[in-house]
Amino acid sequence: MPQVFHRSTNTFSRVSIFGFLFFVAAATYGLALLNRSSYVTEAGVAREQPVPFSHKHHAGELGIDCRYCHTSVERTASAGIPSTQTCMNCHAQIWTDSAVLEPVRASYRTDSSIRWTRVHDLPDYVYFNHSIHVQKGVGCATCHGRVDQMNLTWQESSLQMEWCLDCHRNPERYVRPREEVFNMAWEPPSNQLEIGRELVRAYKIQSLTDCYTCHR
Amino acid sequence: MSGALDIEAIRRRLATGDGRRFWRSLEEAAGTPELAALLEQDFPRQVAAGLGVGRRQFLQLMGASLALAGLGACTRQPQQEIVPYAKAPEDGIVPGEPLFFATAMPLDTGVYGLLAESHMGRPTKLEGNPEHPASLGGTDVFAQASVLGLYDPDRSQVVRSAGEIRPWSAFFQTLHAAMQTQRTKDGVGIRILTETLTSTTLHDQIIAFNSELHSARWIEYEPINRDNALLGLQAAIGTDAAFYNRLEGADVIVAFDADLLGSGPNALRDTRAFSGRRRPGGRKPMSRLYVAEPMPTVTGAKADHRLAVRAGDVEAIARAVAAGVGAYGVTAAAAAGPHAQWVEAVVKDLTAKRNSTVVVAGPAQPPAVHALVALINDAVGNTNATVANVRPFAGGREQVAALGKLVEDIDAGKVDLLIIAESNPVLTAPVDFRFAERLQKVPLRIRLGLYEDETSRLCHWHLPAVHYLESWSDVRGIDGTTSIIQPLIAPLYDGKTVHELLAACMRKDESDRVPTSYEIVRDYWSRQRAGDSTAFWRRALHDGIVEGTTGAALRVDRDVEYLPKMAESIPLGDGLEITFRPDPAVYDGRFANNAWLQELPRPMTKLTWDNAACIAPVTAERLGLASGDVVELRLEGRAVRAPIWIVPGHAPEAVTVHLGYGREHGGRVAEGVGFNAYAIRSSTAPWIARGLQIHKTGEHHEFATTQHHHDMEGRDVVRGATIAEYQRDPKVIREQGEEAPGAGETLYPPVRYDGYAWGMAIDLNACTGCSACVIACQAENNIAVVGKDQVSRGREMHWIRVDRYFEGSADTPAIHHQPVPCMHCEDAPCEVVCPVNATTHSNEGLNQMVYNRCVGTRYCSNNCPYKVRRFNFYLYSDWSTESLKLQRNPDVTVRSRGVMEKCTYCVQRIQYAKIKAEEDDRTVRDGEITPACAQACPAEAIVFGNQNDPESRVAKLKAEPRNYGLLAELNTRPRTTYLAELRNPSPDLEKA
Repeated sequence: MPQVFHRSTNTFSRVSIFGFLFFVAAATYGLALLNRSSYVTEAGVAREQPVPFSHKHHAGELGIDCRYCHTSVERTASAGIPSTQTCMNCHAQIWTDSAVLEPVRASYRTDSSIRWTRVHDLPDYVYFNHSIHVQKGVGCATCHGRVDQMNLTWQESSLQMEWCLDCHRNPERYVRPREEVFNMAWEPPSNQLEIGRELVRAYKIQSLTDCYTCHR
Repeated sequence: MSGALDIEAIRRRLATGDGRRFWRSLEEAAGTPELAALLEQDFPRQVAAGLGVGRRQFLQLMGASLALAGLGACTRQPQQEIVPYAKAPEDGIVPGEPLFFATAMPLDTGVYGLLAESHMGRPTKLEGNPEHPASLGGTDVFAQASVLGLYDPDRSQVVRSAGEIRPWSAFFQTLHAAMQTQRTKDGVGIRILTETLTSTTLHDQIIAFNSELHSARWIEYEPINRDNALLGLQAAIGTDAAFYNRLEGADVIVAFDADLLGSGPNALRDTRAFSGRRRPGGRKPMSRLYVAEPMPTVTGAKADHRLAVRAGDVEAIARAVAAGVGAYGVTAAAAAGPHAQWVEAVVKDLTAKRNSTVVVAGPAQPPAVHALVALINDAVGNTNATVANVRPFAGGREQVAALGKLVEDIDAGKVDLLIIAESNPVLTAPVDFRFAERLQKVPLRIRLGLYEDETSRLCHWHLPAVHYLESWSDVRGIDGTTSIIQPLIAPLYDGKTVHELLAACMRKDESDRVPTSYEIVRDYWSRQRAGDSTAFWRRALHDGIVEGTTGAALRVDRDVEYLPKMAESIPLGDGLEITFRPDPAVYDGRFANNAWLQELPRPMTKLTWDNAACIAPVTAERLGLASGDVVELRLEGRAVRAPIWIVPGHAPEAVTVHLGYGREHGGRVAEGVGFNAYAIRSSTAPWIARGLQIHKTGEHHEFATTQHHHDMEGRDVVRGATIAEYQRDPKVIREQGEEAPGAGETLYPPVRYDGYAWGMAIDLNACTGCSACVIACQAENNIAVVGKDQVSRGREMHWIRVDRYFEGSADTPAIHHQPVPCMHCEDAPCEVVCPVNATTHSNEGLNQMVYNRCVGTRYCSNNCPYKVRRFNFYLYSDWSTESLKLQRNPDVTVRSRGVMEKCTYCVQRIQYAKIKAEEDDRTVRDGEITPACAQACPAEAIVFGNQNDPESRVAKLKAEPRNYGLLAELNTRPRTTYLAELRNPSPDLEKA
């Protein structure tokens, strides 16, 4: 009886078996990469805004404190987005006829909100609280990056759960003295782990990884 | 469950101890095979809801859904906007930070003092105002559910005339023309019909109105009115009075058909005072409660001695008690027959405890009983000690008679203009008044109401009213405490208040602006208070109470010359008796469109989405009826079709029907639910009637009752003893169940809880079963409504349920209530079976449920011995109705289809308090965290806290010998534990 399959089928089947395994591994790896890419996380994507507000100019060059606008960051869950009134505190005096600022003036005139595009958007089942992080020595720049160097604002971090847990599991790697929280230029010192451990003790920082810490 | 039950067999089973000590329904007591089959399925009837597909098709469907679910997960977050204020308001609204404002909700003759939680200007949750004497921090189902009423999408939104949408200006034109005509006639043709008046500002407006138009008449009418009490007290003490009890001082309480803990304007305050006197080890001894009533109520369930008697037989019993205590002018009545022993024990206790007892009669009892009660209270020295007579607001008026006069006037053609504010007389007026027919004779009929209901349909103009959470007004409680009602939100629709409507009537010139209710109320109060009116006003708004009004109405001095008289007895005749009652969920029908209330299992019947003709087992047996049989109730030539529901503990030869159902108009939720009991309620017998005829129709009605759901197979559930037994040997509670295994007897690795260890203690002694916790939980935790069909499949979503158990005989059982939230077991059976780790344990001992991880296997629910987990079989949450979105608590996820959910101990409140405490560098104080159920509870039956702190209230309660864990022998180590129920029976009756 003649052979049904040619000898080369052996090689072909070996290649395809191993090739399939390789394909599965590569696809898994590829999906994992894709899931962490900025295509999915939207990290690093600068957002168009109705007014091209520059944090670089206001926070970096002019040195306005974060809390001048984000007033409730030390007290409540939400950092707070400034009202048009806050913009007009200055812009009633300076750049009063700039065309770029017309939406701001229009908002103030008509008492209607500026509709900003949201940059940091956690899923609805995550409940984040700014004030406790500020209180425990997590700097603005730790999560938000060098906002003072961004013209249009983007999201610096992935905001994925593994990113949260990285710090929640090892807070000593990231915490800084409370007085440096709003300092955008603060760099972790070479002995960060040592100082971090001390701060964790001093600020009674817990490593909270229970689901209910963030999900309800 | 169809087919008549063999009551006699059940009786034998219960008597011989062959059945269970505690049972939930007659079917369970009888051990019928139908029920066993029903319970075999974990969730009743869910199997029957299968798709009915073959194996191949099933695999195809599963494959497709897996692929689609995988693809569906690939969506990216939609782009969102941030919309800050243009000009921020000054009172510091910050996203995520709720603000609380004091306000008040009027109902009946009373008031709920409330604190409303506001998220970004949306009221989302109501709590009792701890400073308000009528609430003391507690609430009930009506107050809790009223926030849903505000956002009800079925509320009327526009002015409508003859079916057409019209502007307010068109209405004002018509009104002005009608008023101009009336002014020339001194207002002789004007009638204003309101509900019971409790607003001081409105009273002032009506006085002003009448002083200008002397002949105009104002009528109050509510179907649940206090006419009988008013007439009875007028006879007995010769003055207008209502009364008000101080149960905290009562060693013995006797309730004659009075549901004092469950309904009425004093219920919250009475519940608090009563439960305060039911705890062993208090400074004062435990009180004793006697109740004589036809239909079991929450008050009857708490009674130490409950007498199931027909409402019409209560008078004879009250008379016997009055004669026994030597009440003025009451001669010895005929022996009270089979109730002689009960009467004897009551008399003995009342005379032994002079000045410190309370006797009370319910609104359904005729004036004679109220008079007898007043005389009894006088005779045993309670008056002005534990029972205060108070001046009813605006003099107190007879409502049925007033409505009768209105109907006469209409017939005589004297009424040209009828303004109906809020009241819904077409539904609720006594049927013999033929109100709907008469109403249509009035030339101009104007209705102001929240819904376009039965009355609105027959009026020329329907005007949308505003909800109390969006209006300015004020309200005076029974004891005089007055609260300003302040709005939490601008009116959602173009509504007006009754204040504004009256002010519009009073305008001399059509071009005058109609003042706002803020101006009207503010103006009234600035006239009341001299001096700094702004400071006074701000204070009143902040506190929720107008200073100096509490207790102002107390103590009516009676005419010493007055000789007490008995109110005349009304002979009732013979035959089957029917009594009409407000419904524990929809009241008189006004809450019928509230889905939370419709789906609330009624405290006694555990029915949802229905009312029923409730009868005793023995009566059902005599008439050959089973639960669900549709019968025709015929009374005085009128008839209504109603399904039967057999209620153990109901008085024999009597039927109880609850009002407020069978609505024809008034919203999508309300319409078509239940039957309209008003159809046989007449002005001559608004509460009790005899001569009822029951005719079988042969039809069957499917009820959605929760009484068999989430069964724990009769393992030890409620425990209890008498106070005497407990004081003799506190171990009596522990010995009623199996011992929990010791700390080391487990295969699981031991877990230590070093920080907080959250725990809950539920005092069954305090719990009345009122179910306020159920609705409070629903409001706080965004719990969806599922509808009648889903409830009948056992799919209701309530995170806390209140189980009701009967104990003893089918005819006169003791009744127990037990709230069951998640036990937060330390060794939780649900956690080990979850294949995706969606339910895990926190290091503070919380059993966590993570929705975004749950894939819906439901293994956890199968493995839960307490049956406290709830599954979203469908997309139960309404994700599309805009107004309902406003009600949601932003701190709790709105669940989607296919995930499990359950009680979280209100983890959002725990986290909030923990973060606040951490920021202040301290630990959470005891009492700082109150879950919604505990906060709503008027009896303070639920206590939550850190059980690691020996000084916390919860730790102290758990140290009591009364404390026991539910099914603790399973070694689940529940964090929720119960304090056993103690009763204080009279030694004389117990012997008998």
